[in-house]
Amino acid sequence: MIAEAGLAALWLAALLAGAQLLFAWAAVAKGNADALRLIRPVTVAQGVLTGLAMTLLIILFLRSDMSVYLVAANSHSMKPFIYKFAGAWGNHEGSMLLWVAVMSLAGAAVALFERGLDKRTHIATLGAQAAISLGFYAFLLLASNPFARLDPAARDGQGLNPLLQDPGLAFHPPTLYIGYVGLSVAFSFAVGALLTRQVNARFARAVRPWVLAAWILLTFGITAGSYWAYYELGWGGWWFWDPVENASLMPWLAATALLHSASVLATRDALRAWTIMLAVVAFAMSMIGTFLVRSGILTSVHAFAVDPTRGSFILILLGIYIGGALILFALRAHTVNEGARFDPVSREAMLVINNLLLCVILALVLIGTLYPLLTEMMGVRVSVGPPYFNTIIGPIALALMVVLVIGPMLRWRKDDAKLLLRRAAVPGGLALLALIAIVGLSSRAVGLLPTLGLAVAAALALASLAPLWKRNLLRTPLFTYGMVIAHFGCAVSLAGMASESAFSSERLAAAKPGDTYEIAGMTVRLDSVMPFAGPNWTAMQAALTVSKDGRVIGVAHPQARFFSDPPTPTTESVQMTRWNGQLYLVLGEALEDGRWQLRIWWKPFVTFIWLGGGLIALGGVLALIGRVRRERRNSKAQASAAAAMVAA
Amino acid sequence: MTVLASTRQGPKRKHQRLVLVALALVAMIGGVLLAMSALKDQAAYFYTPSEAQAAKVEAGKAIRLGGMVEVGSLKRGPDGVTVNFRLTDGKASVPASFSGITPDLFKENSGAVAEGAFDAQGVFRATNILAKHDERYMPREMEGITYDPKTHKVEAAKP
Repeated sequence: MIAEAGLAALWLAALLAGAQLLFAWAAVAKGNADALRLIRPVTVAQGVLTGLAMTLLIILFLRSDMSVYLVAANSHSMKPFIYKFAGAWGNHEGSMLLWVAVMSLAGAAVALFERGLDKRTHIATLGAQAAISLGFYAFLLLASNPFARLDPAARDGQGLNPLLQDPGLAFHPPTLYIGYVGLSVAFSFAVGALLTRQVNARFARAVRPWVLAAWILLTFGITAGSYWAYYELGWGGWWFWDPVENASLMPWLAATALLHSASVLATRDALRAWTIMLAVVAFAMSMIGTFLVRSGILTSVHAFAVDPTRGSFILILLGIYIGGALILFALRAHTVNEGARFDPVSREAMLVINNLLLCVILALVLIGTLYPLLTEMMGVRVSVGPPYFNTIIGPIALALMVVLVIGPMLRWRKDDAKLLLRRAAVPGGLALLALIAIVGLSSRAVGLLPTLGLAVAAALALASLAPLWKRNLLRTPLFTYGMVIAHFGCAVSLAGMASESAFSSERLAAAKPGDTYEIAGMTVRLDSVMPFAGPNWTAMQAALTVSKDGRVIGVAHPQARFFSDPPTPTTESVQMTRWNGQLYLVLGEALEDGRWQLRIWWKPFVTFIWLGGGLIALGGVLALIGRVRRERRNSKAQASAAAAMVAA
Repeated sequence: MTVLASTRQGPKRKHQRLVLVALALVAMIGGVLLAMSALKDQAAYFYTPSEAQAAKVEAGKAIRLGGMVEVGSLKRGPDGVTVNFRLTDGKASVPASFSGITPDLFKENSGAVAEGAFDAQGVFRATNILAKHDERYMPREMEGITYDPKTHKVEAAKP
């Protein structure tokens, strides 16, 4: 019964989405008052229904109801609780339901909480959101029904891919999806604003919190996903330029650009058409990301199934929505008046460069990701990996960081280049010092890019604090702190990336118990390798004692695991975190002569990469709270001013 | 109204918008050109052993080599971390070597894709090995390839 109830809830929600679109049209185009009254309750009801459907699917997984096809194919009754729970979205149908649920809940949130937007634009936005939702309901109900029954019921499930049996699964996909779908809200705002011809600062102030929220979750999701891949795969890398990683990076790049251009639009009323365009691009990237991941079209550790019908369905949706938005943009672009002017030396100009660089990086990632697909259609199989991405994106990203050093030092509208030079002297000097220190002190040859990266990171760490200079710290608005912390986080992350790539060291050996290895001033000794049993796996577990200067600083237990449902071996690496980096330990295969393969990395300051990512997300959170509070206060002040006028 | 606006501030405003559009176009075209030239150098082509021999892939050029690990060819070096093996597609077989921890499902009579380059002696020096990861996932290039260990016959599905 639960499955049928879930399916019914979905169909009903789809009907309501249709009604929402119809009402929005009647309200905006015809000025129908009934439609205007009804649209918000309908939107909220639709959100509640899909939320209910998602909850029911989770209940089915928790109860291990093997008469439901999806549960039987992806779960197992002996699985730990958290993986039954998270297993609900660890598969195609469930993750698409999660997508739809998040989308309609976001629509409900826009209906309930959005106050800043012009009334007609608000309704048009809800209509656009309904139009997008309809396509995804169709996809879910026609091509990927999560509630399909299995008759006769399976005796037990086939289990969840062991690579996915990790606490990361519980958080990673939902955060990324909320981020992806949050960008659909920005897209709907843009379409709404185009339809009602209200592309202005007020629109930007209204859309900014939604973009910020989506961007925070994307930042957090990418950071967490990177760390997950880092420890779960046991390959020692933190970013592989895997298509699925790129699929999450591309919307983030677009959202970052959108966030900054929306700032310009909200503060200075410039970059109007530009901001609209970025909102469309950002959601296009979300959909391309979904297409790449869900169609399983690319070689990737994440792609578990290949099903062309689903891929083409998403492509058609992509064509309809993005194509439609672009046509609307072309028809309405001339009605979007140009915003305020600015000088080539101004904060706006720097933000334009920021946007351009982000878009170029986005284009390079997109081309690199799609290129193997295009050549495969012509019968040539190629792969595009780190050599391509690192070589061309590294330098551009570094240039972006240099712009980030300068940008916040500039005034809006017009500034003096000479004054800028004076302000940039201190961070510039620091960068030079860092450069000399690295070249002079390092005992090994360090690549050009990591060296420059460390120097720019030093300059950026200092320069990012500049907006707080000579300010009353108690009266500084929260969103300024948000910006400072996010930009400081970029410096921290950049330092971590550069340090990891420049100074990592590695040992690879076949060891017998008692063998010791020296790495970065530490001694690693293999004590023993013993069998070990977990809830649904068995393992061989090594005991490694790590000591420094004769003092034991820790014992690590990396494992070679074997899962029984489905039968799969995996490696569980261990990371020992020190203040200045991580020791990364992997146990490999057993050899015939009783030795064990052992791989040890020392990665100095690698943790800074994710620490920086966390700071960037935290900065976003502070900015969001600060902005929402400011808008609330402003609208209250306006309301009381209006009341005072009436009273007078 | 519109006439007034355009005579007062029009030309300069138009100018700025044009500059922005031009900048965006230049950046995008530059980006695409950069991507194309980088792809020419950095994209790794996929070959099966017989294709690699037919194409005479030059030493040092990064490629992906995919095939079956030949039965009886997988030997571990005395250091315990170097493996030597032969990759075959039934028509040709190529010696290969790899140092590191091999993927969990890398074994004889099983599909693998090696990333790396040939050395001057014609041995494929792999820097990374992708193997069939679980029952449901395998490197995309290996899809549809089946191998009979007795006859060494390989049936490959062409894209």
